[in-house]
Amino acid sequence: MKHRISVTLNGQQREDEVEPRLLLVHYLRDVAGLTGTHVGCDTSQCGACTVHQDGKAVKSCTVFAVQADGHEVKTIEGMAAHDGALHPIQQAFWDEHGLQCGYCTPGFIMAAAYLLEQNPNPTDDEIRKGLEGNLCRCTGYVNIVKSVSAAAKAMAGTAAQPAHTAPVAGE
Amino acid sequence: MIPAAFEYARATSVQQASDLLRQYGEDAKVLAGGHSLIPLMRLRLARPVALVDINPIRELSYVVEENDHLRVGALTRHVELQNSEVVRRHLPILADIAGEVGDNQVRNLGTIGGVIAHADSAGDYPTLALMLDAEIVTNKRRLAAKDFFQDLFTTPLESDELVCEVVFPVAGGPHKYIKFRRRLFDWAIVGAGALQVNGGWRVGLTNVGPTPVRASAVEQALASGASVEEAAQHASDGLSPSGDLRASPEYKLHLARVLTRRAIEQASA
Amino acid sequence: MAITTMVGARIHRREDPRLVRGLGRYADDFVRPHTAYLAVVRSPHAHARIRSIDLTEAKKAPGVVTILTAADFKKVISGAMPVAPAFVPEKKTVPDRFPIAESEVAYQGEPVAVVVADTKYHAADAAELVLVDWDPLPAVIDLEKALEAASPRAHEDLPDNIGWDTTFSPDAEAAFAAAEVVVKQRILQQRLAPTPMEPRGVLADWNGADQAMTMWLSSQNPHFIRLFIGGAMGIPETRFRVISPDVGGGFGSKISPYPEDYLVPAASKLLGRPVKWIETRTENLQNATHGRGQIFDVEIAGNRDGQLLGLKVTQYLDLGAYCGTFGAFQACACLLPGAYIWKQVASRTVGVLTNKVPTDPYRGAGRPEATHLIERILDRFCDEIGRDPAEVRRKNFIKEFPHTSPFGLVYDSGNYDGSLTRALELAGYDQFKRDQEAARARGRYLGVGISTWLEICGFGPSAATAPATGGLALTESAHVRVFPTGSVNVYVGTHSHGQGHDTTFPQIVADALGVPYDMIELRHGDTAEGPSFGYGTYGSRSLAVGGMAVLKAAHKVRDKARKIAAHMFEAAEEDVVFDQGQFYVKGSPENRKAFGEVAFAAYGAGLPESIELGLEAVAYFDPPNFVWPFGAHICMVEVDPETGGVEMLKYVAVDDCGNVINPMIVEGQIHGGIVQGIAQALFEEVVYSEDGTLRTGTLLDYSVPTANEIPPLTLDRTITPTPTNELGVKGIGEAGTIAASAAVINAICDALAPLGIHHVDMPASPDRLWKQIQEAKA
Repeated sequence: MKHRISVTLNGQQREDEVEPRLLLVHYLRDVAGLTGTHVGCDTSQCGACTVHQDGKAVKSCTVFAVQADGHEVKTIEGMAAHDGALHPIQQAFWDEHGLQCGYCTPGFIMAAAYLLEQNPNPTDDEIRKGLEGNLCRCTGYVNIVKSVSAAAKAMAGTAAQPAHTAPVAGE
Repeated sequence: MIPAAFEYARATSVQQASDLLRQYGEDAKVLAGGHSLIPLMRLRLARPVALVDINPIRELSYVVEENDHLRVGALTRHVELQNSEVVRRHLPILADIAGEVGDNQVRNLGTIGGVIAHADSAGDYPTLALMLDAEIVTNKRRLAAKDFFQDLFTTPLESDELVCEVVFPVAGGPHKYIKFRRRLFDWAIVGAGALQVNGGWRVGLTNVGPTPVRASAVEQALASGASVEEAAQHASDGLSPSGDLRASPEYKLHLARVLTRRAIEQASA
Repeated sequence: MAITTMVGARIHRREDPRLVRGLGRYADDFVRPHTAYLAVVRSPHAHARIRSIDLTEAKKAPGVVTILTAADFKKVISGAMPVAPAFVPEKKTVPDRFPIAESEVAYQGEPVAVVVADTKYHAADAAELVLVDWDPLPAVIDLEKALEAASPRAHEDLPDNIGWDTTFSPDAEAAFAAAEVVVKQRILQQRLAPTPMEPRGVLADWNGADQAMTMWLSSQNPHFIRLFIGGAMGIPETRFRVISPDVGGGFGSKISPYPEDYLVPAASKLLGRPVKWIETRTENLQNATHGRGQIFDVEIAGNRDGQLLGLKVTQYLDLGAYCGTFGAFQACACLLPGAYIWKQVASRTVGVLTNKVPTDPYRGAGRPEATHLIERILDRFCDEIGRDPAEVRRKNFIKEFPHTSPFGLVYDSGNYDGSLTRALELAGYDQFKRDQEAARARGRYLGVGISTWLEICGFGPSAATAPATGGLALTESAHVRVFPTGSVNVYVGTHSHGQGHDTTFPQIVADALGVPYDMIELRHGDTAEGPSFGYGTYGSRSLAVGGMAVLKAAHKVRDKARKIAAHMFEAAEEDVVFDQGQFYVKGSPENRKAFGEVAFAAYGAGLPESIELGLEAVAYFDPPNFVWPFGAHICMVEVDPETGGVEMLKYVAVDDCGNVINPMIVEGQIHGGIVQGIAQALFEEVVYSEDGTLRTGTLLDYSVPTANEIPPLTLDRTITPTPTNELGVKGIGEAGTIAASAAVINAICDALAPLGIHHVDMPASPDRLWKQIQEAKA
């Protein structure tokens, strides 16, 4: 039997009929067409599917869509400003080469956003511990830690400052 | 991977949850945080006919200190325990343990009741429950922790019974829980907890058998004046853990002794 | 080259704005109208005969479109899956492999049927209902047991389990006879799962009207896929388009064609509608090719003063159930001499068939194994003669280049002492040695390990690689198109899946043509555009081979532009000077024509008959030699003797990949590489039970480390350009992985030396180290 759910997805409310077993990540990707949230494992280790539910980072492969009924869900597509300006964390991942293949990146950005909300000024060690729920196979995590640290500084500087969008720097 | 189909119903009260469980029968499951259940369902190692979602039962999420006891609602998330001022003040080891379950995302959804009811030998809360003679309160009865964890994934819970609350005695004394593992989000290869209560030590072990273990021999040795070093040697008394990918039985026994000593030492430091 | 402005600059990556927004396009992000979803029914047994397959219940399941087995696929797929031959084998057996088993399965996970349904949920449901009547056969899992005469065979009809037996160089007796010291060691390389974060996936769309196939898949080399799958299905390149869009990591596991790469397009052709299959992680760990899986018996001979004389190595390689497409690992044997001078090196390799998923390249493919064994045995030797590992390395380093190795390979350039010196300095080696002494006195076990690695990459000169690849040249291609307004498209045969080619290749072109970087776009991963053929990205080859093809094509374009400029200036071509994107006639630098003006003229009226219209060029590059990056890695650890836990204290890497196009990207590659090497050293291992059941089938059990387990890394570099190519560049994609495992394990062995422990195998997990410490104490 299908269930009717109402979800506020990236600020917009939508209603859908879903089978109870539909995983939230499949709802986001296949029903809502938001393919930025990725699936990297079956057992909730990799964190590629991380989204925010009511402001908290969760692994959307380990939540049923039907459980999101009446809740707010934010995905990577909801991170940039309406005018297209990148979120400071997105910007920092770009600036600090915090991604290579990019597959784990949306999950890392969502996990980092939650982490920085809990701890706006983390040490590198706190960042490493705080990202324990996300796996990356490309970067060796070095530049991910740098990115999150840089984002923390940018966000502390002034939230009002618009992020620049075209970094090109000579060495 | 994709779970097999199931019926889904949402409960907004304990009574309703119990009624639904009865209605769906033995093969129904309670859905709380879902972080043990859903991966098993995705691997199709679990295939409940129905899930009764208890997440809407708001009154099952609380932490209250009352008459020297800490009452923790079953739906209290790990993150809430980790950050709770009440827990930090009255049972700080519980906050420490909660902060080491899974990862941030898991802690945001996983619940203490779920871990208790799942009764995985590698679960951390059951060890503390056993150490402190906690009580597991269900919609039907109160069970002592020592009677609750019967075997691997096995508890006395009936099919329409759900864990509602865990009641710990408050204990703010010296404490340490060491969760030995290779990756931060892993389950314990072996875990050891030490907590001083009324001048005596409570010691417990995780993942050294099908159920959590109260290291009574260690507690007794300490009570009768043995050194920490000597007492910790008793941590493996009577244990016969099975080996797994990360540890042989011998290694687990060894870790039980070493981690017990370290937990007591670090708690005392 | 001319004065450079972009090459060497830390340009931020072009692909990132879409990737950080979640707007990447990975295989599962593509949808076609009326797509059906495929699920694979796999063997639960490591070895079994298929008596029969009952589809009755599965066919009745909701949403099922069709269920296909080997007999169905034989109508549209012919031949066997490709296997590259090994060099001059003395003995060789290659079991035929069809993408789906018909009568016998030889590893757990081998496909036996596919279910196609209207949704992936229904496909998964119906797959469970396919009933196979199995006749289980004895399985051979252990590599050494497989070599015994009485061992079960990996396939019923095999005479034995030897896939190949090849001796590269038989003799080291003279060197060993002359030596004062001989040390023997068995060194293991555990099986690893490459584990790209994006599992594999295929979407295929057969257009019956056009008789044309379009296929989207997560691949490191779409041209290979087109060649092999198109060939097997009898569809010419003109009507077989392979698109490998954003790819979520490969690490060698997305080079070779897989069963599903045949089954999905074949199912689409049989059904006449698009079919999609996306691999789950569990399927990936079980079915994507594994790496490593080798046993080495190593003997080293030398003198007490530290001089190295001889090396003997026998490699036993666990092939799995079939020979992997590139599973031969000749690179390992070729690299055995490492960075040192020897009198003689002998090596033999034996490939062994077992009932496990096949092994194939995984980051480094042969070179991490070679480096690990040489750097490990060298430390064993130092241990034996009581000399400092840094000193012995220095004493034996190759110092003059070009250097011809005992295998006849020519090392292009190097400065091995330079990178080691810098690394020792950054690591604070001497101070650490003193600290180590003091710590030992307090019962603490600190250790330092050195790995002075080198690798062969830039595959590869066709003359050298073709015998190993069955005639494939491993050259590379590029097509540079300049449009009338001067904007430039560059198409390449390599494939970027994290390496940042979208950024680095335009950096090269920007300098070569003097065109603003922002006017240059790179395109790759679609066989319908660009050069006819490319060999893809693996083996640290893209820049040294592909980058050179790009440069060569850019130069062809520049030369053509010079001709046109000469016409515009009414000057002789040889009098026209090209200077950073502008042309002028010798002696009149004030009168210039910008590249864009010339481009416009190239498509306009008025060119003389001698100049053909247009400004574009295709180039193929076949390198004259391999390239040989190198470096020195130093790791410092503390081992907890009570628990066997290892804490990494410091990790220093000084690498040399010749000239650097984009330092930011080079550093990123090194970071990632090192961490995969650390992961092998300490965390990861594929484990099978004795009956061939995979025990590490989830990321809970297969221990890819998190950020928390990884120490900060300190990097530096030396720059020793290669004379092999005009850019002076060498590869860097695999360097970290090649170097790291030996540095970590050498550090652990150094830490435990006071306990009499001389060798530790991987992964050096706490339980394993604890056991070894117990045994040493006993």
